[in-house]
Amino acid sequence: MILLELFWSFFQIGLFSFGGGNAAMPFIQAQVVDLHGWLTLTEFADLVTLAEMTPGPIGVNAATFVGTRLGGVGGALIATAGCVLPSCVIAITLSVCYRRLRDNAVFKGVLQCLRPAVVALIASAGLTIALLALLGDNGRTFDWIGAALFAASLFVLRRFKLNPIWVMLGAGLLGMGAYLIL
Amino acid sequence: MRTRTYLKLFTSTFYISAFTFGGGFVIIPLLRKKFVDDLGWLQEEEMMDLAAIAQSSPGPIAVNASILIGHKVAGIPGALCTILGTVLPPLIIISIVSVFYQQIRDNVAVGALLKAMRAAVAAVIADVVITMGGNVWRNQRWLGLALMALAFIASRFLAVNAAFVVLAAALVGGLGASLRLHRKEGGA
Repeated sequence: MILLELFWSFFQIGLFSFGGGNAAMPFIQAQVVDLHGWLTLTEFADLVTLAEMTPGPIGVNAATFVGTRLGGVGGALIATAGCVLPSCVIAITLSVCYRRLRDNAVFKGVLQCLRPAVVALIASAGLTIALLALLGDNGRTFDWIGAALFAASLFVLRRFKLNPIWVMLGAGLLGMGAYLIL
Repeated sequence: MRTRTYLKLFTSTFYISAFTFGGGFVIIPLLRKKFVDDLGWLQEEEMMDLAAIAQSSPGPIAVNASILIGHKVAGIPGALCTILGTVLPPLIIISIVSVFYQQIRDNVAVGALLKAMRAAVAAVIADVVITMGGNVWRNQRWLGLALMALAFIASRFLAVNAAFVVLAAALVGGLGASLRLHRKEGGA
């Protein structure tokens, strides 16, 4: 019974969270804290922190976190499945449409205007992260180490086209040393 | 041959998903690097289209983008491979981490590592914005630039939900193209 409720809750979260990332947060809170009381507000805040420091979409992170609490590994699997099922159906449908309509003039016009919008959205999300990295958590003190890491990472990415994953790991380890020593 | 494609789809998305800190937008540059630059399975334009579609459909962007790429490359079985590859790393990591959460959260070294990685994540995003923005400028000039500026202002300063920004851009593009078609037919 609880598994069914878990599945249904996360199915709705997956279905209604447009815009990704932080846009999904209020939906998750509404289902998990307000409606079902599966987590307290403090536990929810912990979940958000945890989701931020681990890789992966917040929806999947939340599904695993809540699912494990309520039903162990099975719960985690069922909640995650619920969360990604709407994506599967909708994205595959859209993919088929994309293949069929690629040469349609109107659809081409739609995509032509979508591309700049997507770049802008990525830039906006990036700026949020960059400000956090350069100005620290309080948004006031300038973080020299963060700024140096940002500049160095951007330089090697542009100049040498290094794999971003290695840049992230390298900067992480170098910066960890710098933050701990200085 | 097919099996190798499926396996490559799974391992590529698994590996990328395991490193995607900082939300759905970070995964787009990583996917682009892998599938456009390294494997050559997608073209730059297709990647941007898929990113736009992933952004405008409900659910996690990372999951949507992976499904779209998997489906584009190898149909429904391909999509299944990329879904598994994308979902398994966070599933495994959160299951383990939630047990040791308290210790990890209060660990100074982990905090420093995450803080440093944040700066690199910002650089990865800046890199892809420069590349993609350059392409938009080359292909569409001022119209592209204007659309980028408008979308940026809407999402950044007016706090418009990303889905609405995408929807508005789609409407503008669709209407513009219909008008052009209409005029062409009228003139002929």
